[in-house]
Amino acid sequence: MEHPSKKTQTEVTISENQLAGDYKFGFTTDVETEDFPKGINEGIIRLISEKRNEPEFMLEFRLKAFRHWETLEEPHWAHLYYPKIDYQAIRYYSAVKKKEDGPKSLDEVDPEVVKTFERLGIPVQEQKRLSGVAVDAVFDSISMGTTHQDVLAKAGVIFCSFSEAIQKHPELIQKYLGSVVPYTDNFFAALNAAVFSDGSFCYIPKGVRSPLELSTYFRINAMDTGQFERTLIVAEEASYVSYLEGCTAPSRDENQLHAAVVELITMKHAEIKYSTVQNWYSGDKDGKGGIFNFVTKRGKCVGAHSKISWTQVEAGAAITWKYPSVILQGDYSIGEFYSVALTNNKMQADTGTKMIHVGKNTRSKIISKGISCDQSVNSYRGLVKILSGAENARNYSNCDSMLVGDQCSANTFPYLEINNNTATVEHEATTSKINAEQIFYLKSRGLDDEEAISLLINGYCKDVFRELPLEFSVEAIKLLEMKLEGSVG
Amino acid sequence: MLEIKDLHVSVEETPILKGVNLKVNAGEVHAIMGPNGSGKSTLAKVIAGHPAYEVTQGSITYEVNFKEIDLMELEPHERARKGVFMAFQYPVEVPGVTNTSFLQAAFNAICRDQGAEEMDAIDFDVYLHEKIKLLSMDEKYLNRPLNVDFSGGEKKRNEILQMAVLTPRISFLDETDSGLDIDALRIVAAGVNKLKSKDNAIVLITHYQRLLNYIVPDFVHIMIDGKIAETGHKELALTVEDRGYDWLNKK
Repeated sequence: MEHPSKKTQTEVTISENQLAGDYKFGFTTDVETEDFPKGINEGIIRLISEKRNEPEFMLEFRLKAFRHWETLEEPHWAHLYYPKIDYQAIRYYSAVKKKEDGPKSLDEVDPEVVKTFERLGIPVQEQKRLSGVAVDAVFDSISMGTTHQDVLAKAGVIFCSFSEAIQKHPELIQKYLGSVVPYTDNFFAALNAAVFSDGSFCYIPKGVRSPLELSTYFRINAMDTGQFERTLIVAEEASYVSYLEGCTAPSRDENQLHAAVVELITMKHAEIKYSTVQNWYSGDKDGKGGIFNFVTKRGKCVGAHSKISWTQVEAGAAITWKYPSVILQGDYSIGEFYSVALTNNKMQADTGTKMIHVGKNTRSKIISKGISCDQSVNSYRGLVKILSGAENARNYSNCDSMLVGDQCSANTFPYLEINNNTATVEHEATTSKINAEQIFYLKSRGLDDEEAISLLINGYCKDVFRELPLEFSVEAIKLLEMKLEGSVG
Repeated sequence: MLEIKDLHVSVEETPILKGVNLKVNAGEVHAIMGPNGSGKSTLAKVIAGHPAYEVTQGSITYEVNFKEIDLMELEPHERARKGVFMAFQYPVEVPGVTNTSFLQAAFNAICRDQGAEEMDAIDFDVYLHEKIKLLSMDEKYLNRPLNVDFSGGEKKRNEILQMAVLTPRISFLDETDSGLDIDALRIVAAGVNKLKSKDNAIVLITHYQRLLNYIVPDFVHIMIDGKIAETGHKELALTVEDRGYDWLNKK
């Protein structure tokens, strides 16, 4: 049996980008961590499970997933080019070293970590917390704790780290874990199932409207470490929750792997609104470094009249491979996907959605806005599948691409599989260009560069931005403007 | 209001303007005519501050708030905020941005610069509706993306709408008449005439005398090979219509 090494992490790798200040989240935090040796094997998986003091069913789940993963090939069908990943060179577990008996609450967390989240705009300490939003802060492999527990508990809402959920609510985990994204789903989902260390769990009981927005903030800090988190949200009959997710990582010259799984479940008349602002480090202007973001997100509208809505602003990561999807099983259920994906420098994104219509009178809507700049490649890939039993299913898709400059590329890969002739499916797509003449035109009317870009971006993305919670929307617009400023004009 | 002295301009090292002198006072209407490639549009773009044009010699002095400023020191948006306007020969299409939101953003940017109060969406809507009446424009253009799928004539009309909304002090209209049928020309000309006042100045760049029947200039300049070869009154435009430009070349 291998044993985890204990060491103090003091590396500081500052890339040019960080010095240039392009990516203000690119700093690293100096904390004492407990790291596993690099590489993956059964021993490591047993160790992760043991470390987390997991019940037997979890270890079983992980081992089955691992054995399955070993039989799979890394997928390369997406419009993405990246070197083969060496899975033995990745560390699968890195945790901030605990004090003797571990932090009892967020207020006991390593002050360096608290400072990190504060620099990221996520105050976790009691006196400074965001009002109206409960935050689960995940630092590398471990959740640092969740705010506003008391308010949520009063409403009966469970919102905690995945590890805590495994301990306190094993029956719910056993029931729902892998029920939407089974470990057999794909290569990265299998890997995640084998090694995931933390993430968030939300459970909204019947008839409850969550009194707060729930939010998880993911931060990668450790070097050579992959982040494999898992999120599971269950909305019981007639409940509602809005969930936000944010992510950043230090600027490093090496690529780091992020392979997450998110599962959403809605019962009759329930609704989950899931919003993401993804701003992982995307590498420097020459494409060196950055996060490889391979994520499987899927929701299942189990009950009739239920609704799942994904909104994402994807502005970071060197590689993005992500298709938040909805299985519309319950009759009259609704699936929505709103996306803005911005790529610059040498980023590559292949992102979109799958809407699987199973139930009768199900409806789905896809609004995708791609913005490609510099030498980046930005692809929309989406599937609308209408099963034979899905009477009167309806889908509307709108996929727009915007090109900034003449060295980038945008692709649209819409797939339709329609097995019921009562279906109504509409697809619209446009491609437009932002160029220096447009900026000059706007400037000649009195708008400065910033105002001109803001006007262009707001106009182009408004259908997506209005789906985001207000403060997130402001953040997202600022983020995109910042990213675009260097590329336009 | 504006004085151009010995202006030399190059594009990618090719000289286009070779010593232009022009003085425009408040309340005046000037027309600049000339053959293709003589540098008329270049002059308008230099005034607006297009980055592709390099001023190699000479000066452009603009008088605003009783102060003389060097126009070339200002960024394009700063010039616009100080009341300099160019109606584009080929207005640019800007997808995703509605005409209204663009006009409001530009109007408020200028208000901010001049220390005037900004207008909210409701007040601006009222203001905008007065202006579109001036140009007999259909309301539907307001909520469409800026210039996208507008016909040539609609684009030109939209340029004059912008002029009406932003109320510049000096406006260069670069071939606003080309591509307009006679009815549209009358409407645009009537709009420009209504915007004309003793406090502002208008410079019309045109190929055709026809426009000058509707907007009567105080001065007509003929530009040939990067210089103003002849300056006169409105009769000069008729002479050119009659005799072409060759006689000026020989002069």
